[in-house]
Amino acid sequence: MGIELTINGEKHSLDVPEDMPLLWAIRDHLHLTGTKFGCGMAQCGACTVHLDGNAIRSCVTPVGTVKGQNITTIEGLQSQVAKAVQTSWDEGAVVQCGYCQSGQIMSAVALLENNANPSDKDIDDFMAGNICRCSTYVRIRAAIKDAAAKIA
Amino acid sequence: MTMLNNHISRRAFIRKTTHGGAGLTLALTLPSVAGASESGPGKTVGNAAADEFSPNAFVRVSPDNTVTIISKHIEMGQGTYTGLATLLTEELDADWSQVKVEGSEADPKRYNNLLWGPFQGTGGSTAMANSFMQMREAGAKARAMLVAAAASLWKVPAGEITVESGVLHHKSSSSKISFGDIAELAAAQVVPEKVTLKTPEAFKLIGQPVVRKDTGKTSGKAIFTQDIQFPGMLTALIAHPPKAGGRVQSVDASAAKSVPGVVEVLTIDAGVAVLANDFWSAKKGRDALKISWDNSQAFSKSSSDILKSYKSQLEQPGTSVVNNGDFDAEYAQSDVRFDAIYEFPFLAHAAMEPMNCVIQRRPDGVEMWYGAQLQTGDQMQVAGLFGIQPEQVKINMLFAGGSFGRRANAHSDYVLEAAQIAKAYTKAVPIKLVWSREDDTRGWYYRPMYVHQLSASLDDEGYPKAWRHRIVGQSIISGTAFAGMMQNGIDPTSVEGASNLPYHVANLKVDLHTVKDGVPVLWWRSVGSTHNAYSTETFIDELAKAAGKDPVAYREHLLKEHPRHLGVMKLAAEKAGWGTPLPKGRFRGIAVHESFNSYVAQVAEIEEAGNNQYRIRKITCAVDCGLAINPDIIKAQMEGGIGYGLSPALMSEITLQDGEVQQSNFHNYRVLRINQMPDIDVHIVKSAEPPTGVGEPGTPVVAPAVANALFAATGKMPRKLPFDGLIV
Ligand code: FES
Ligand code: FES
Repeated sequence: MGIELTINGEKHSLDVPEDMPLLWAIRDHLHLTGTKFGCGMAQCGACTVHLDGNAIRSCVTPVGTVKGQNITTIEGLQSQVAKAVQTSWDEGAVVQCGYCQSGQIMSAVALLENNANPSDKDIDDFMAGNICRCSTYVRIRAAIKDAAAKIA
Repeated sequence: MTMLNNHISRRAFIRKTTHGGAGLTLALTLPSVAGASESGPGKTVGNAAADEFSPNAFVRVSPDNTVTIISKHIEMGQGTYTGLATLLTEELDADWSQVKVEGSEADPKRYNNLLWGPFQGTGGSTAMANSFMQMREAGAKARAMLVAAAASLWKVPAGEITVESGVLHHKSSSSKISFGDIAELAAAQVVPEKVTLKTPEAFKLIGQPVVRKDTGKTSGKAIFTQDIQFPGMLTALIAHPPKAGGRVQSVDASAAKSVPGVVEVLTIDAGVAVLANDFWSAKKGRDALKISWDNSQAFSKSSSDILKSYKSQLEQPGTSVVNNGDFDAEYAQSDVRFDAIYEFPFLAHAAMEPMNCVIQRRPDGVEMWYGAQLQTGDQMQVAGLFGIQPEQVKINMLFAGGSFGRRANAHSDYVLEAAQIAKAYTKAVPIKLVWSREDDTRGWYYRPMYVHQLSASLDDEGYPKAWRHRIVGQSIISGTAFAGMMQNGIDPTSVEGASNLPYHVANLKVDLHTVKDGVPVLWWRSVGSTHNAYSTETFIDELAKAAGKDPVAYREHLLKEHPRHLGVMKLAAEKAGWGTPLPKGRFRGIAVHESFNSYVAQVAEIEEAGNNQYRIRKITCAVDCGLAINPDIIKAQMEGGIGYGLSPALMSEITLQDGEVQQSNFHNYRVLRINQMPDIDVHIVKSAEPPTGVGEPGTPVVAPAVANALFAATGKMPRKLPFDGLIV
């Protein structure tokens, strides 16, 4: 009996153990590699995906706990907010090495979906779970504000 | 890595690799293209198709009008792909939108770092400096051949042809043709020996904030090593010895082998490798291993012991590095003396992408896919292990999720681990070695621990008359292929930033105790400047205060012979409003430092945050890196370098207990997060000097700038890093 997962609107049945983190099911079994592995213990945010619209850390989410729920990865972003965030990220030349950026974008989209006009403090509080070792933080802040202005 | 010029010893690599002896000359021949990966991600080989125009190793023009530029340097976030492509495109006069960039294959002949000798690699902020003329010439030669082709096609003099945005024009005959349409004809032209390059006034791209070419990073499409998937590929995790120099004594793998998905367990030089169908199975398998370690040869000291022994060495003179005038006599006779001791811990690089490497054995050698930063060294090390020639090690250079020096390791540590697994496993399947974050944090090759002592006496006006800088720590390059850089037993990376103190002091002494401890160490973004900029720049502030002088004015007096230091310092001071009153509870500190031939000054502004703690509000930064190739990337590197330099100032440290690393992941090896990131304001000095690097020079200046602001606020200078607890 496989585990039923709904990723980016598509249903999959995976033959993996229930305790496998969603991250590895997505990466190693569905071959969606935009979601990154950074720490494996909910410290860095590189693995952020959306579960019914909320940002979660897929590295500490056993697949067995999200059966049948709607999961979105960076590859499945489609909303107007998401497009605005990605455009602002590109226009603001946020990215350096890029390894953290799928997670940053997933968090930023979740933030703006719930708070269309975040303050600096809102941004810092919400994004503090996403480490960027290239320290693109000032541009992340600016891009989130820019995206907020785009969707206003 | 300032002085890497031509000092990398290829022979040292050969000596270290048992079977590689014959590789010295063979490595200089072109690698065979046979065995190139047929498909899949990571196909980075710069080989032209038959109908392409491929005038040199750095550019190809396809009939579909794509201009492909080959980068010999790794893209790890620092913007190299964009910078190198800018240089070539500038002279080629292609349109920026038709340009794409590929990583080169590994070849020390064609893709040599021109500042390093016949050796391919990236580091020491050398990518733009060594490529500045090379990439421009490559572009200009390709352009000349495209023009010659059009001239022969239209039967007009080449001098009448103009090129703009990837299109050739002949005005009087109203002819025009795109690069793509003339590519095949251009391929038949003779490569010109000499070309004239543009003068700076004619630059269209150089100096502009053109968009980056390392794309796919906001859509999840960019492929990193971690993302490589091949049919039949296995994922490998290694259980590493907890102490440096430890070895496997015995292993009970029965439980590991019964984990579903685990395929094989192998004892290799580096530890015990678990091969499985996916990461999770490999991890469970590794967790189930029962290993006893042989620590008889292991390094088993604690950080506290190391610190004590380093401090005791401060009492003795070290190897003399600089000895101008007579420090001892001057200091002994002075009434006004200052003395300070500084402590710097080990630091992990903690790149966002933990180290990893994909490898596959081939009938004719091995093929690897990873964020390769020292290609030539890695080729030699892996060839040595397999008993093959370096050119039989084919490397596909992928994007790296950060490096900060970690991937430029003469020991090729994780690369060799992957190779050991591939060699030990009976089947020639693709294998992806993955380090967990714990492996990465505990994986050694740290910025060395250092203790410094600074001593000075002042003249009647309060300026330093005698200055001694004593440094104790391990050498990064000793015993590696970079050891050729050592001069009289001195590792220049231990003293850079101290031995070239820019301040005028008549009696200057710098000496060094090189400690031989068993902790594997490595360069860490800005190398020697990570500690030397801190001690010198905070000490000078303490002296300025003792002299009753303003820190900027004090430095200005001592920097008369260093116009570029002065230039950035004055610019940063002016932009930060140095000397203007601040609201209550706010303080400023300044620092200025040259590293990798780039000059950076920063002003930190902090404010009280209660409980004797402070918050960093803003860093104002001025940089002089010669001609600015891409101002936006320079700014980004300053921002990133500042953030990277704040972590060791505020919270990061690696400590050892009986030889074991006490930190494991981001909860206890803490790094800067967005809520601690100050605002940053970067200003670039206008310059026509040759371009120098920007990857590292932003990093070393921020910790002393913040410390000097804390000093202004509290009157107490932090002399131990990190200054945990002072900053929120
Ligand atoms: S990988 Fe999940 S939070 Fe770091
Ligand atoms: S862009 Fe490199 S870690 Fe964020």
